[in-house]
Amino acid sequence: MAKVLMKGNEALAEAAIRAGCRYFFGYPITPQNEIPQYLAKRLPEVGGVFVQAESEIAAINMVYGAAGAGARVMTSSSGPGISLKQEGITYMAGAELPCVIVNIQRGGPGLGGIQPAQSDYFQAVKGGGHGDYRLLVLAPATVQEMVDLMEKAFDLADEYRNPVMILGDGILGQMMEPVEFSEEKETLRQEKPWATTGAKGRNPNIINSLFLDPAELEKHNHHLQQKYDRMGKEVLWENYQTNDAELILVGYGTSARIAKAVVDQARAQGIKAGLFRPISLFPFPKVALQEACKKAECVLTVEMSMGQLVEDIRYNLEFKVPVHLYGRVGGMVPATRAVLEEVKRLVNSGKAGENP
Amino acid sequence: MITVFDRPEALTSAKTHYCPGCTHGIIHRLVAEVIDELGVREETIGVSPVGCSVLAYNYFNLDMQQAAHGRAPAVATGIKRVHPQKIVFTYQGDGDLAAIGTAEIVHAAARGEKITTIFVNNAIYGMTGGQMAPTTLLKQVSMTSPQGRDAAPQGYPIRVSEMLATLDGPAYIARVSVHTPQEVSKAKKAIKTAFEYQMAGVGFTLVEILSTCPTNWGCTPKESLRWLVDNMIPVYPLGVKKMVEGVKV
Repeated sequence: MAKVLMKGNEALAEAAIRAGCRYFFGYPITPQNEIPQYLAKRLPEVGGVFVQAESEIAAINMVYGAAGAGARVMTSSSGPGISLKQEGITYMAGAELPCVIVNIQRGGPGLGGIQPAQSDYFQAVKGGGHGDYRLLVLAPATVQEMVDLMEKAFDLADEYRNPVMILGDGILGQMMEPVEFSEEKETLRQEKPWATTGAKGRNPNIINSLFLDPAELEKHNHHLQQKYDRMGKEVLWENYQTNDAELILVGYGTSARIAKAVVDQARAQGIKAGLFRPISLFPFPKVALQEACKKAECVLTVEMSMGQLVEDIRYNLEFKVPVHLYGRVGGMVPATRAVLEEVKRLVNSGKAGENP
Repeated sequence: MITVFDRPEALTSAKTHYCPGCTHGIIHRLVAEVIDELGVREETIGVSPVGCSVLAYNYFNLDMQQAAHGRAPAVATGIKRVHPQKIVFTYQGDGDLAAIGTAEIVHAAARGEKITTIFVNNAIYGMTGGQMAPTTLLKQVSMTSPQGRDAAPQGYPIRVSEMLATLDGPAYIARVSVHTPQEVSKAKKAIKTAFEYQMAGVGFTLVEILSTCPTNWGCTPKESLRWLVDNMIPVYPLGVKKMVEGVKV
């Protein structure tokens, strides 16, 4: 199939259709509006349903109902809306319902701003709502990767019966790049014998997250944890110039693109830099990170937050390698030049190998 | 031997957790009888709320989803949009529907979602121990209105059926009660009409059923029926609030 030039948000929406998604429930919020707008037009063309809900809370609960009814279904939003959706997300995790949730991140906290950010990292990878649960979290860095991960996201959601989050940001959502779509797969007829479709000739199916007996609820939590452990094999990452790297930059999404340019510029100046880019943020590619950082004297995370990813990098490197942070927030984006200066400062200070 | 009275097929044999004198049991049975009579048990998907009837999924012999507090109409919307040919209903109390879930019920009604809502109004939060509900009457004593509900700080009770009947989306809205056998019979008729209207695809349907809560009203089951008649019906008058004409059922 020929390449087409598309905005990230629209490419995500089209990829969802190709992945067999026929139901979208959402609420307008910048900078992700192109997703519902595209699907409002496109879903009826393929026999699907688009509903603009009265709130983010209603939207995610419509997703709950549709997922429980056996459909491939999604919603999308940005920070403030994702916060509202947490109620439905934890219910879906508890009731083991598959769905895809897109967060095109913007600056926070509160109403924050509408410019790109990565400050919802903790919310995405640590659960987000109440109770012990996890989402599969995928972080694309190009429009093509948004398309590829969207298709994968629906398969993972169904395989694990768990919500999957695509964690993008305002730049990825708004930028245009050439993309190529694969042909639509025959995934719609995937068996979901647990779904509520009317109890015809079988015992009733119940979609539920309530366990009043503490022993039963503990058992349920153990079952969920075992599932999250099984997800460990879904790790995705990219290494760039890490083989001999003495300084490893770590970033995901938009920040990783910037960090990659920094690696090239640093190398041109004789600094052995490399990039480790986690693509799956949960499960986190811990072993791959440790491998990439084997020869590194230090690590520098580049992120559009006050330091969220950096905590997981320290944790996953088991505090054996000093991990520094370069973060910009509020919709401000790290400049290649500024990150390069930070790399040079660390290298020249002779203190790169000391804990910050 | 001829069986003249039995459990409807749409109910399980599970013993309910409802308090003595509570009318949830009657209402469950009416819904189940209607589903049986319409022959749609295997085509029906129910949504249980948060509140006293949270465990309704154990009592209805149907495919069921348990919804977050107040969100049953949104969950039902998701189900119905995926399965437009199936019958979808929510079963909700007054705290769930008229407080935390006000937005969801209003907009499901405004969209004309082809679902049926069974709205059980007992003017109190039962499950959590008798706190003031959006439908608690003026002067009614509850755990969080110990001096009696006073309009000045605590506002007025909401008449949900009348409010929703002003919208264009609903096809059938009625308020009934189950305090006498005659009223039980009328209530069943209203529930049946609501399901038939849903099956005819005309729009949103809701039956509000006045219900007792002797435990949290602090009276005997018999007294509670009298209290409902004397206090609730004057504020929540019974009858059909909206009915789209010309629907063949």
